[in-house]
Amino acid sequence: MGNTLENMVEVKGLKKSYEQIEAVKGVSFSVSKGELFGLIGPDGAGKTSIFRILTTLMFPTEGIVRMMDLNVIKDYKTIRNHLGYMPQRFSLYQDLSVEENLEFFARIFGTTIDENYDLIKDIYAQIEPFKTRKARKLSGGMKQKLALSCALIHSPEILILDEPTTGVDAVSRKEFWEMLIRLKEKGITILVSTPYMDEANLCDRVALIQNGKIMSIDTPEKIIGNFGRKLWAVKSDNVYQLIQDLRSVNTIDSVFPFGEYLHITVKSDDDNLTDLITILRGNGHSGIEIQEIEANIEDCFMELMQ
Amino acid sequence: MKRFIGFVKKEFHHIFRDPRTMLILFGMPIAQILIFGYVVSNEINDVKIGVYDKSKDNITKEITNKITASGFFILSDNLNSDKEIEDAFKKGIIREVIVFEQNFAKKLEREGSASIQIIADASDANTANIVANYTESIINNYMREELWAEGLPYQINPEVRMLYNDELKGVYMFVPGTMALILMLVSAMMTSISIAREKEMGTMEVLLVSPLKPLPIVIGKVIPYMVLSFINAIVIIALSYFVFKMPIQGNFIFLLAETLLFIFMALSLGILISTASNSQMVAMFISMFALMLPTMLLSGFIFPIENMPKLLQWISAVMPAKYFITIVKNIMIKGSGIEIIWKETVIIVGMTLFFLMMSVKKFKVRLE
Amino acid sequence: MNENAENIIEVKDLVKKFGNFVANDHLTFEVKKGEIFGFLGANGAGKTTAIKILSGLSYPTSGDVNIAGYDVYKEREKVKKNIGYMSQRFSLYEDLTVRENIRFYGGIYGLSNKYIKEKTESLLDRLKMREIQNLLISSLPLGWKQKIAFSVAIFHDPKIVFLDEPTGGVDPITRRDFWEMIYEASHEGITVFVTTHYMDEAEYCDRVSIMDRGKIEGLDTPGALKDQFKAQNMDEVFLKIAR
Repeated sequence: MGNTLENMVEVKGLKKSYEQIEAVKGVSFSVSKGELFGLIGPDGAGKTSIFRILTTLMFPTEGIVRMMDLNVIKDYKTIRNHLGYMPQRFSLYQDLSVEENLEFFARIFGTTIDENYDLIKDIYAQIEPFKTRKARKLSGGMKQKLALSCALIHSPEILILDEPTTGVDAVSRKEFWEMLIRLKEKGITILVSTPYMDEANLCDRVALIQNGKIMSIDTPEKIIGNFGRKLWAVKSDNVYQLIQDLRSVNTIDSVFPFGEYLHITVKSDDDNLTDLITILRGNGHSGIEIQEIEANIEDCFMELMQ
Repeated sequence: MKRFIGFVKKEFHHIFRDPRTMLILFGMPIAQILIFGYVVSNEINDVKIGVYDKSKDNITKEITNKITASGFFILSDNLNSDKEIEDAFKKGIIREVIVFEQNFAKKLEREGSASIQIIADASDANTANIVANYTESIINNYMREELWAEGLPYQINPEVRMLYNDELKGVYMFVPGTMALILMLVSAMMTSISIAREKEMGTMEVLLVSPLKPLPIVIGKVIPYMVLSFINAIVIIALSYFVFKMPIQGNFIFLLAETLLFIFMALSLGILISTASNSQMVAMFISMFALMLPTMLLSGFIFPIENMPKLLQWISAVMPAKYFITIVKNIMIKGSGIEIIWKETVIIVGMTLFFLMMSVKKFKVRLE
Repeated sequence: MNENAENIIEVKDLVKKFGNFVANDHLTFEVKKGEIFGFLGANGAGKTTAIKILSGLSYPTSGDVNIAGYDVYKEREKVKKNIGYMSQRFSLYEDLTVRENIRFYGGIYGLSNKYIKEKTESLLDRLKMREIQNLLISSLPLGWKQKIAFSVAIFHDPKIVFLDEPTGGVDPITRRDFWEMIYEASHEGITVFVTTHYMDEAEYCDRVSIMDRGKIEGLDTPGALKDQFKAQNMDEVFLKIAR
């Protein structure tokens, strides 16, 4: 994304405290028009606080926050008209039907379903066969689609989604991201938060956030490119023993379980781990595999945390 | 406006789709009125009465016969002095004494009018009231059918006196009291719970982020409960009028206006509670302990205020229900107009404004 | 994991019906002692129903289910004594301290006071939580809570521990600390039965079963499943099965 594009979201030195706890500790970023921006980090990193400030639901304790070049404190009414927001728990009325929910949200934004049907067609069409079903009886994936339709019904310029994929199965998650990418193509600026590192790759740019601070902001490719160290995947038939044994090798820097493999970094990148197989064999390991691999976002996140 | 109607419609959906809400809204008021109503029975049969006939002429004898022949009453004692009246009541056998004044018939002929005193034992206030009403209507019947029909335009004035409980405390108290309780429950508790539910479910976040302003949100939440409370109030009044024969002496429209005012007060209180609660549980607890219990115990509904310790009397002075009960009692039983109960009305108006101001001040356009 | 280890869970032709709806359609699988077994499926695939049967909370409609050597029809109480359970939502009392939580769960399983006390001391040392033993759970970070919850779930030395989406939402390092605890438990012979719909969590398991519409559609090691479905990762495997 070039800097010449209009900034839809601009955050400078944002801090947010709740009584003694500082949840957001000085965060700056900007999001351009039409960008799909991801806020990636675990629970408690400050994602929801940031989003609630952006959506004008909370005041920043410190810092400048502008949405569409408007001030979130003074101009909150205008901002709210152009904002689509999906809070963490899909906020639907459980006792209303699919259609009634959508109609209600259309009404309060002063519009009708027909008026903006084009925008939500792709998404809503998938749940329309169940339009008389109560929201409470929908599956997680269907709730997610309905909540997204409701957030889009007034054709917002900015869409803010707080952990939309939490608690939803893999199929629905994948479909959801496909929908987001189609919305982005329609020119909507999208901010999405997620604790799942693998979703970072689907964003144009991501901010990795931990303990109220942004550790890195860039395109996923560049973040991975900045890993800057050799990374190895190691496997043997006894994972537990392998972790203990690798940790006792003093040329090895970090050892992390990573699915079937362990990801390790070594203290000197000149080290090609040629001795390691011998060492592990000596410790009684079988089925040993060692290969150099490219880091993923999760590796980068852990590297940045240390 | 369309936004607003959409909002109110949604609120009605919530109410009509939740069986528990429906039960509280409609089942409870009816059940409560019926329970209170039937605990204090309205049937009278073979009530033992005494007659103190100071005149002993034809007309007094005829009236006495009429009364005993009605089937409701049994003449148990002929009394001969005021002292005997008191003794008879104290023995607890008779519930009512009818006293004819001296020279009853002569007075009727000469002056055109004479009076009968009906003294009832009002320690059971409800029975006393019914007994006295029956007696009165028998006397009126006699006057119309026996005297007027024969061209004698005499006026017999029954004077009812309640012994032991002359202001009839307790009698018909259950209607104004239940009304206050139910309206408080439906308006304040249900409103606060329904607002708290939006916070709990996270839908409040989306509402706040929408262009809908806080005032329409609040009014939209409140209107359905206002309508339902009002229907409830009418149901209660109708039940007490038709089933329990409670009179409405005063102006019916005035009664409804005062009821609406009280509903308004309760709704603003409900909104205030909701600003202080983030979950339905909290709203429920505050409503229960800050509203329901004091309304039941301190408003004079169950326990007479003047028998309370001073401290509780002071607390009862800030119970809105106390004033509403006084208002309803006055309108329904005594037929009072605004000139009698303006003070109570002003107090409730003041409370309403106070709660409204407080909740507008505390209601947030944001989450913190 | 030892290929020759005994079966700790044996399920044969398990069927569970609700009216006409078949929630579990002839499930058959075994889990070995010390294995980390991933039990995956989309929302509504029938996972929860199966877990309830395996943990003795509900009866199957038909089929044989044997848990830790006990029959779920006849020896429900013994089944319950030999399993532990941890879910993300309910596991610890927020308003009790670390120590009080441990004490409480120990008490539920009828362990002696002396045993609870000794084991609590060694547990606090192992978790390096001695300093915080008297803090309320509500004041601790999520990652610590999860570790405590897991320790509590295996406090009574169950043969099997059921984990329901154990690592959702925690940071990547804490998550790996947690998986190391699971590896350790498995190393000590505890069978770990993990249900999740996050596929990356599945990659940590020794073997994985994937359910779709009441049936098990895939059952093998993550590596073998990826080969079988010609997929890069478990996510793709899952998508191929569920779509």
